[in-house]
Amino acid sequence: MGNAPTTPARKLTDAEARLAEIFAMQQSAGAPQLAKLRTAAFDAFAKTGLPNRRDEAWKYTDLRALLRDVKPLAEPPEDSAKQSARSAAVLEGVTSRRVVFVGGYFVPELSDLADLEAGLSVVSLSEALAKGDAAAMTQIGNVGEVDDPAFALNTAFMGEGVVIRVGAGVCVDRPIQLVFVAGAQPATYFLRSLVVVEKGARATLIESFEGETTQEYHVNAATEIVLEEGASLERLKISREGAAAMHVSTFVASLAADAQLSDFGFNLGGAVLRNQSFININGQGAHAGLRGANILKGKEHADATLFLDHAAERSESKALFKSVLDDSSQAVFQGKILVRPGAQKTDARMMARTLLLSEGAQANCKPELEIFADDVQCAHGSTVGALDENLIFYLMARGIPQVEAQSLLTEAFVGEVIDAVANRSVRDALSALVSERLRTR
Amino acid sequence: MTALLEIRDLKAEIAGKQILNGYDLTVKAGEVHAIMGPNGSGKSTLSYVLSGRPGYKITEGQALLAGADLSQMSVDERAAAGLFLAFQYPLEVPGVATMTFLRAALNAQRKKRGEEEMSSPDLIKRVKELAKILDMDMEMLRRPVNVGFSGGEKKRAETLQMMLLEPKLCILDETDSGLDIDALKVVSNGVNQLRSKDRGIVVITHYQRLLDYITPDVVHVQSAGRIVRTGGKELALELEETGYARYQSEAA
Repeated sequence: MGNAPTTPARKLTDAEARLAEIFAMQQSAGAPQLAKLRTAAFDAFAKTGLPNRRDEAWKYTDLRALLRDVKPLAEPPEDSAKQSARSAAVLEGVTSRRVVFVGGYFVPELSDLADLEAGLSVVSLSEALAKGDAAAMTQIGNVGEVDDPAFALNTAFMGEGVVIRVGAGVCVDRPIQLVFVAGAQPATYFLRSLVVVEKGARATLIESFEGETTQEYHVNAATEIVLEEGASLERLKISREGAAAMHVSTFVASLAADAQLSDFGFNLGGAVLRNQSFININGQGAHAGLRGANILKGKEHADATLFLDHAAERSESKALFKSVLDDSSQAVFQGKILVRPGAQKTDARMMARTLLLSEGAQANCKPELEIFADDVQCAHGSTVGALDENLIFYLMARGIPQVEAQSLLTEAFVGEVIDAVANRSVRDALSALVSERLRTR
Repeated sequence: MTALLEIRDLKAEIAGKQILNGYDLTVKAGEVHAIMGPNGSGKSTLSYVLSGRPGYKITEGQALLAGADLSQMSVDERAAAGLFLAFQYPLEVPGVATMTFLRAALNAQRKKRGEEEMSSPDLIKRVKELAKILDMDMEMLRRPVNVGFSGGEKKRAETLQMMLLEPKLCILDETDSGLDIDALKVVSNGVNQLRSKDRGIVVITHYQRLLDYITPDVVHVQSAGRIVRTGGKELALELEETGYARYQSEAA
């Protein structure tokens, strides 16, 4: 993931120059909290600049070329934008605890933070920092070692988000849903969240990103998650961004012994979507299930890049990503598995499957394995294909029209990753989203 | 009265290779026909040509279902018009629940025929009745279509589909292959329940055994892509004795 040092002579792109200007303005406006962390992060970013296709981890998503200009940092949202966010990202049949952000700002009146379960704490990032939440301030930026320019930018500019803590042994049944709705104006949003699930606790976290607007906007989101010993978290990230949106998101997780992470990322819209995950398996017997689904059309581009770091014995990671690509859409899957010395009995598997519905669609898959232990099982694979003509014939021979047969088989293809979602109401809501998206393709 | 199935001098090919060479067959409502023949005589090809499988091309002649030209209909239109092919090797459809599949099939056909759709409770009730006749566990029908089913279970499931969809013309392509004797009896019983004065059944088989349970009115011998002999049910017994060698040399 490292970058070769660039020659100082390289001329900054317009976007890079603008980012430097905004950072300087932020500094002069009075040192924000975490000033040291921010400055270190911006310096790290400035060394490499925006990543481009020569950076292995960004080979298929050239951010330097894609980010031609930087939209201004968002202004507080207008009331009308808040009103329309009321119904945003509602998952049919799911009674979630909604924490709503509009145009990058926390909106308490749309959020449901009353009567929190005992042992659960949910506080906006700005409030946590203003109050000087010492634990959060040490953990932010320190959950895992991540050397990545987009994440560095997020750290330098982090604006709003949430700090969630689930106390030891606490089981929170009601899913916590973070709803990030884009504002009506072109803007850049730097969103940052921290979730700590203490020893033996469990919770469900949903992150929904939505933009109704056809405006260009940029989302740079990052979520850091700490799973302490025996903790369990099911995380779902649903990105349904506007047609001209660029969305770059970083997920950093650390898993202690016997922790269980089940992560599912679902991409349903946006011009450019990049989801990068850095999963640090630090404890014995920990398990990480990572799944993703893309249903793309037009010229949409979605990139899932995983970095799985196995540093403990008997840990497991299972990654399964599925893409349904229509028109001239593109999906990227990059997965790197690192098994550190001593991480014996690691069981790591990665699979990416792509269904091409159009000749113009494109899938790029790139696995990387680095194994420094001798008693491990690692496997990776990928498939790219069209719908099975024999199955279409079988369904049609029973009277099902061609278009319906194709939809049924496509839903079934995506269904495999959704079936693994443990929360039943969320699973049903996701299936409904798949059907809806396929019907409108 | 119009025949249910009328095949006239049908010639058909796959990938440029002619497999049916002037096929003639007439099936009237209420009749059960058996088509027997050696491997490679084009028995399955006939079933695929009639159901409209992509790649199978009619080059000459005609196949009419209740007077309507099958070649002018898409695969799903043929099904809605009343043609049902029980596959020799039913396919597994991972991820598609059996009930979803049955509902989609039945209601698509009904919709196309301008009939009212069947409600979910009615459908479940009907499927339960059929499962009982076919000695199938409802638990199996909660799985995706045919996934993990044994050969015999797939044939039972295929028969259940046929009984649910109530086609005008049933074509059974080597339904006996892969069946043990118990499953053969159960499946045959299901098929026999479909015998009616309004329906035609064509049983394609290599062996006489199936015809002990589904008694045909007419038996045809097919060789090299056409029917070379037609007789009563005793013809099947004769074939069991003499084998197909005679017909293969005749056709050559």
